[in-house]
Amino acid sequence: MSNLAHLFLRGFQHGVHPPEHKGRTASLPIQRMPFMDRYVLPLHQNLGAPPRPLVRVGDRVLRGQPIAEPTAFFSTTLHSPVTGWVRALGSRRVAGGGFEPAIEIEADPYATQRLDPQPRPDWRHMSLDQLVTEVQRAGIVGMGGAAFPAHVKYALPDGQHIRYLLINGAECEPYLTNDHRLMVERPQALLRGIEILHHLLGAEQSVIGVELNKADAIYELRRHIHADQPIRVQSLRVKYPQGAEKMLIKAVFDQEVPSGQLPRDLGILVNNVATVVAIADWFERGQPLIDRPLTVSGGGVASPANLLVPLGTPVREVLRMCGGLREDTVEVVMGGPMMGTPIPSLDAPVLKGTSGILAFTAQEAARPPEYPCIRCGRCLEACPYFLNPSKLARLARVRLFEEMKGARVAECVECGSCTYACPSGIPIVQLIRGAKADIRRRKGKSQ
Amino acid sequence: MTQRDPRLRVLPSPLLKQRMTSAQVMRDVIYALVPATLVGIGLFGLGALLVVLASLAGALFSEYLFSPPAERRARIEDGSAILTGLLLGLTLPPALPLWMAFLGSAVALGLGKLMWGGLGHNPFNPALVGRAFLLATFPTAMTTWSPQGGGLLTVHPANLALPFLRGDYDAVTAATPLGLMKFQHQGTGLWDLLLGNTAGSLGETSALLLLLGGVYLILRRDIDWRIPAGILLSVAVFAGVLWLINSARFPNPLFALGSGGLILGAFYMATDPVTSPLTPRGAWIFAAGIGLLVVLIRVFGGFPEGVMYAILLMNAATPLIDRVTQPRLFGTPRSPLFDRSKRP
Repeated sequence: MSNLAHLFLRGFQHGVHPPEHKGRTASLPIQRMPFMDRYVLPLHQNLGAPPRPLVRVGDRVLRGQPIAEPTAFFSTTLHSPVTGWVRALGSRRVAGGGFEPAIEIEADPYATQRLDPQPRPDWRHMSLDQLVTEVQRAGIVGMGGAAFPAHVKYALPDGQHIRYLLINGAECEPYLTNDHRLMVERPQALLRGIEILHHLLGAEQSVIGVELNKADAIYELRRHIHADQPIRVQSLRVKYPQGAEKMLIKAVFDQEVPSGQLPRDLGILVNNVATVVAIADWFERGQPLIDRPLTVSGGGVASPANLLVPLGTPVREVLRMCGGLREDTVEVVMGGPMMGTPIPSLDAPVLKGTSGILAFTAQEAARPPEYPCIRCGRCLEACPYFLNPSKLARLARVRLFEEMKGARVAECVECGSCTYACPSGIPIVQLIRGAKADIRRRKGKSQ
Repeated sequence: MTQRDPRLRVLPSPLLKQRMTSAQVMRDVIYALVPATLVGIGLFGLGALLVVLASLAGALFSEYLFSPPAERRARIEDGSAILTGLLLGLTLPPALPLWMAFLGSAVALGLGKLMWGGLGHNPFNPALVGRAFLLATFPTAMTTWSPQGGGLLTVHPANLALPFLRGDYDAVTAATPLGLMKFQHQGTGLWDLLLGNTAGSLGETSALLLLLGGVYLILRRDIDWRIPAGILLSVAVFAGVLWLINSARFPNPLFALGSGGLILGAFYMATDPVTSPLTPRGAWIFAAGIGLLVVLIRVFGGFPEGVMYAILLMNAATPLIDRVTQPRLFGTPRSPLFDRSKRP
């Protein structure tokens, strides 16, 4: 009954309801992607500073061995996804279209690629500082897409205390089902990860927020939670962008994170489902972040799938595993359809933050003709941050960046709800995104 | 399946898009007006059809003439000129000389819309700008109403007046329900109002069909329901207060709701997104203002009808309303009165 009440009372305002397109993969178990002969590992796979290489061309590396070490606190470790040899250190093409320094590894065809469990120190006797070190050593980042180094969140300033651990199982991006499958297939690993974080953070309550379109995941999780565990599953209405950190907090706790503050200022820490599972894997069997689950889907993919893919696998190989691309594919995106990055070349490798590979046909991702803004206000009704997107887009077109700052462009998380809702086909969020990049560039120059 | 990589485009996300387009919204509004237009033509005859066609022609002519050549096709195809022409046509007397309808509609587009930069940039509702121009320029022709019942083929002699001539009017003219009320203190029955059994313009007469079309638009989410609801509510309230004060002098609220161009204005003109406020709160303020002005003009003004001026005046207030009703940003304090936040 209380859940029924939650449905009516709890949620975030505004947002949009794009078609889900999750049906093709929602019931497919996560399959392990076979090992390829070559892997490309760009160094910069996390927000913040890229790590520094630890290996040289010709070195023998083992699966799970660190190949690059963090250069700063806001940086993380990179591990080899396969046993083999380092073949090159150089520029390689990445998702955005540009080239970045990367390590290329050739897999040893005779290696088993089996990762033997390596005992980690018992988490029950650890301090929070040790957790931070361990997670950085494991190379774990936020796996929802932003690739924010996970350990940074656990380094709390003095005097701050986490009361609520919030696990993000919303998976609000259409097409993606990898978090969904993870919750259904590995509920125990997820709950173990929550237990570890809960214990080390000294939280009072842990909540897993799951949208109601994943009823089987809610069921599995509830079935595995012991009555004495301070963990509960909160079902949520299906709405985009519920997986945005601040929206999830609003939906679950009905609290707004004040503008300019962080969730931890309210005593809340949010982690994605896949991130928590990665933490459990590190503490349970010493496996660093070397594979990640992702969804391959979209009208351009012959047989969609949920796959567990070693980092560095080229997108082309992942698509080949799923039957290849259809002739009429026009665009391939890394991540979800709302916030993902289009890739110009299938050479781009899978990164720590890649939650999906989606191939679209012209019909699926049709761009409507653009009309003038008719001031209908649908973008205002869509924006979960209550900005005025049409005004921001208008200012972005004429490059009035100071005025955009006045209109609080900094609050925009680029969720794309405005562009989705616009009947005039105006690329609102694309204009805002471009302007924000320009603002950042200018700031960088003036410093 | 291809062996080669397909040529990939790199359009930035989001790649999904809801279906509705601005042109579809325009088309929906036009469809919603069709039944009322056809019934109006049935009631008033061929002359009324010619007036509407002249108005459409004027709108398209103006849109074509004053648009940059490269944009002409797209602008005609977005349907906004047709909609403006149709809306203006529905507010004209059936016996208006055709050249006046053409001219008024050309002015509506030219002065009311294109001069400001085309669709999306005009501060005033273009159809009402056209009507205001006609009323100021040809006051007699614009207030001479002919009765119904002349048969389907009725064409008034005045319809065919040569350009810049007024033309002869029929001996028989009739007063609109609001005219009757204002100048002769004579009411009209509600059913006559709803079914259109009265004199007036095409859009004044079939209130019921216009209402149905409006409901269709609300259900399709083409228009903001708050605007018509707010206008009808505020007219009912203000007219009701006057009626309670003196029911002999002032008409009852139902008459106020059913008569004149109120339904047409409330559902099809005030809801023009370009000239109405952006936010829900703004929509309520806008609608309440229109309702108040309609009642004031009808009761205390020199004209029997006030919907046109009420909407135009509130159009002028729209930028101001937008400025004071900007939504509260997520994560910024709200006024303590509305603070309902719960602790987890």
